[in-house]
Amino acid sequence: MLSTEVKGEGSPQQVLKYTPKDFDSGETVRWCPGCGDFAILNAVRQAFAQMGIPREKFVIVSGIGCSSRFPYYMNVYGFHGIHGRAPAIATGIKVANPDLSVWVVTGDGDGLAIGGNHLMHAIRRNIGIKILLFDNRIYGLTKGQYSPTSVIGQETKSSPYGVIERPADPVLLALSQKATFIARAIDYDIKRLSQIIIEAGKHQGTALVHIYQDCPTFNDKAFEDFAGKEVMSEKTIEVKHGKPLIFGKNLDKGIVVKDGKPHIVKLGENGITEKDITVYDETDFYLNFIIANMHYPAFPEPIGIIRRVREPTFEELLYMQIEDVKKRKGVGNLEKLIYKNSWEVKGGDNSKKI
Amino acid sequence: MDDPFVGGDSREVEKVIAKFAGDSGDGIQVFGAQFTLSTAIYGNDFAILPEFPAEIRAPAGTTYGVSSFQIQFGGIDILTPGDSPDVLIAFNPAALKINLGNLKPGTLIIINENEFDEINFKKAEWKSILQGEENLDDILAKYKTIKVKMNDMVVEALKDLDISHKDKIRTRNFFALGLISWIFDRPLEPILDFIREKFSKKPILQEANERALKAGYNYGETIEVSYRIKKIKIKKYSFEPGRYRYISGNEAFALGIAALKEKISIPIVFSSYPITPASEILHYLAEMRNFGIIALQMEDEIAAVNSAIGASFAGALGITATSGPGLSLKSEGINLAVMTELPLIVIDNQRSGPSTGMPTKTEQTDLLFAMYGRHGESPLIVIAPISSGDCFKAIFDAARLAIKYMTPVIILADQYLATGAEPWKIPNLDEIAKIDGKYWTDTKNFLPYTRDENTLARPWVKVGTPGLEHRIGGLEKSNIYGKVSYDPQNHDFMVKIRAEKIRRAQNDIEDLEVYGPPDAELLVLGWGSTFGHLREAVITSIEKGYPVAHAHLRYINPLPKNISEVLKKFKRILVAELNLGQLLLLIRGMFTVDAVGLNKVTGTPFRIVDIKYAIERELINLDKEGKLSKHIKVETGKEEKGGELKYAVN
Repeated sequence: MLSTEVKGEGSPQQVLKYTPKDFDSGETVRWCPGCGDFAILNAVRQAFAQMGIPREKFVIVSGIGCSSRFPYYMNVYGFHGIHGRAPAIATGIKVANPDLSVWVVTGDGDGLAIGGNHLMHAIRRNIGIKILLFDNRIYGLTKGQYSPTSVIGQETKSSPYGVIERPADPVLLALSQKATFIARAIDYDIKRLSQIIIEAGKHQGTALVHIYQDCPTFNDKAFEDFAGKEVMSEKTIEVKHGKPLIFGKNLDKGIVVKDGKPHIVKLGENGITEKDITVYDETDFYLNFIIANMHYPAFPEPIGIIRRVREPTFEELLYMQIEDVKKRKGVGNLEKLIYKNSWEVKGGDNSKKI
Repeated sequence: MDDPFVGGDSREVEKVIAKFAGDSGDGIQVFGAQFTLSTAIYGNDFAILPEFPAEIRAPAGTTYGVSSFQIQFGGIDILTPGDSPDVLIAFNPAALKINLGNLKPGTLIIINENEFDEINFKKAEWKSILQGEENLDDILAKYKTIKVKMNDMVVEALKDLDISHKDKIRTRNFFALGLISWIFDRPLEPILDFIREKFSKKPILQEANERALKAGYNYGETIEVSYRIKKIKIKKYSFEPGRYRYISGNEAFALGIAALKEKISIPIVFSSYPITPASEILHYLAEMRNFGIIALQMEDEIAAVNSAIGASFAGALGITATSGPGLSLKSEGINLAVMTELPLIVIDNQRSGPSTGMPTKTEQTDLLFAMYGRHGESPLIVIAPISSGDCFKAIFDAARLAIKYMTPVIILADQYLATGAEPWKIPNLDEIAKIDGKYWTDTKNFLPYTRDENTLARPWVKVGTPGLEHRIGGLEKSNIYGKVSYDPQNHDFMVKIRAEKIRRAQNDIEDLEVYGPPDAELLVLGWGSTFGHLREAVITSIEKGYPVAHAHLRYINPLPKNISEVLKKFKRILVAELNLGQLLLLIRGMFTVDAVGLNKVTGTPFRIVDIKYAIERELINLDKEGKLSKHIKVETGKEEKGGELKYAVN
């Protein structure tokens, strides 16, 4: 299907010596002290410096919310859009110039509430934009209302007696649209986060990176139970393509997928060895779905690249179709089109149309 | 027109209004288009008005399922599809029923008698006939009626062809087309060409429709004898020499965008969402992939405008097309383009509102919405094309201004322009000036909100240019530097400079011209699609010796430089528009002139009689008030038959 070579992202790989500092716009960062966004900003700067893409080819588009101030802090092209619409704006940028590396920074409110429709359709189209969804399970910029990912019972300014809505799951939403790249990461886990961002940047097609991000002001330590430094290795599992699903501080626990369900097993107990542990396949939709359905506390929270497959992107298909139709119907001839069913009026009379 | 149809020799007339009405599933629009093409090739000027139900397949035979096509054609300048038809073809009772209220005595009516049976009277809910209170012949007595059993005629003509009875009946449109072609002496060749092309893969249907067409034409000879109907000769119109085609507003928009692509130095991204009556623009452009045209169908109106804005930020020209409900959804996005000062074209084919309203009916009710329908002070350029063909030029004007002034431009067309059509002199493509999409390239002195001293436009950068990385967005920015700013003085300055920038576009738009005698005292002022109707009414009023003139706005924002000067010359301004007085409100608010409104919101264009009557009434008023420089005798109050004259003077 991808017989025609189409433009990839960034210009041809070249040796570019950037440091994270090169991506600092010099603007004073105005998030609350201790905000998880600082860590993500660092991770993104580190990742961009390593990607081999010229700085001018990067565009960051955002919507509205705390995370959406992100573009101002990056020394690349940036567009601070309107609430929820960043994926649509980014789609226009990518279509107009597929050579650009287009990033969307959004949040759980911006991306899943007001902008849920655009997020879903961007993923469905597989347009080559990379979406970083900062999920703090709260509305920060409007000062503390519940968001689509707030958990049942969560008390916020707009849910003083507890949230009664079931939370949205952005990874499952992306899977439902057969996303070609889905990953999850934790804000302060900068090393792994920046690695995931690099992988997302390399991916052709829509990439969704779900990032658990702490909001110390309105939803402090929301992820502490599984993402806290002390517990992370026990309560999360990093999925890696081709590697067994093993987790735990001592790498002594694993996931066995049996009868369509995940089961936690302990290595060494009941004769279980590494060979019995399910090997992760990031291209296996059913396995992706089973793992994505695992959540703390019943299971370790999955992080890492949950799904990655190469499928034709929207912009590839669009430009290929243009070439294909040109071949099939001939390059469009404007005169012929305008002159279709036309007639000639010969001169000889001077009367004029008003 | 006095009885040109009956008796004596065939005679020559200046113009005729014909209307074809039938079931929406009956191919009335194809019928109309074919008749129009042969009329164009014959050499008449014309204007058409297609009308169709919003339902895709409304129940057959019902009044709300009637689709119709009106055409006025002639040897003089035809500016409108006309008011009441001289000839009506009614393919079923419902089509006749809904048109009776608008017919003059003596109108030539052709009906397909096979369809005028009890079942169809029931479907049309024609109670007076069903209950025996009146019969069809009584109703038709004041008209000239030709009853033709079209179904029987085509079945007879095709009896030896091996096709189904249903397929035979289907050819009756071409039979009717043949008959009407005979009456008006139209050539059959263009229709035959169409049949051959359409049925090129089905020779038997080609044969059937050709035969039906010729049978209809030959039937004309029969009615000449039996009904003493004569062929009508219509003078040819003296078009300016050149190449012409017949064009609808939606075609003109699409062709304009395709032509723009050849004339502009930057990419174009058209991004839209299906909506009546603007979807056709998307259809035409989607088909033009081999022209390299990027036409996107997005998930909603919001995504359509925002992706167009994204494209403009990247360095392309973003264009989107919609109608009222879509404009509501796009207003947030348009505001973003106002704030980020990016070029953007938004086509609004206005339709009847509010809410879903009447999607297939026309109105000029989005004027104030286009001007002010966004939060904050949000000025932009508004262009209102004055005819279907003018939509082509409007695209070029919009693109030039959007780029030159770094601003969104709304093109306010409407359903009448979008789906109506007229003969259009094709411009010489070589003569259309190229548009230069100039990007800022100087990396040393770049600040995102520096301004051109003449246009006040900020620099446009192509994303991907090294050294010009910058950030913009919906937050207020400091002038020159483009940093987020909450400074009160800066905001005040930016609000004013955005407004002043749009005002300066006056330097690029044509002056308002006045049509009429130098001593005219009443000015009819309109905007957009009503041009033809207002001009025709004013011409006939001038012919009666009335001191009236016509001026028509093609730009609503900014208004032409000379408008104040023009308006002040008149004793009164009659602002005629298909809304409750939106331009009137602007005119009264901006200029100290005596302005009154002629307003109609029926979902249909003005009728010429409505306008003439309002002109006469205003002249009488002015006379009574002693404001005319000399007393004039105005004859009025004579409602033409069928005239509804439902108008309000504000």
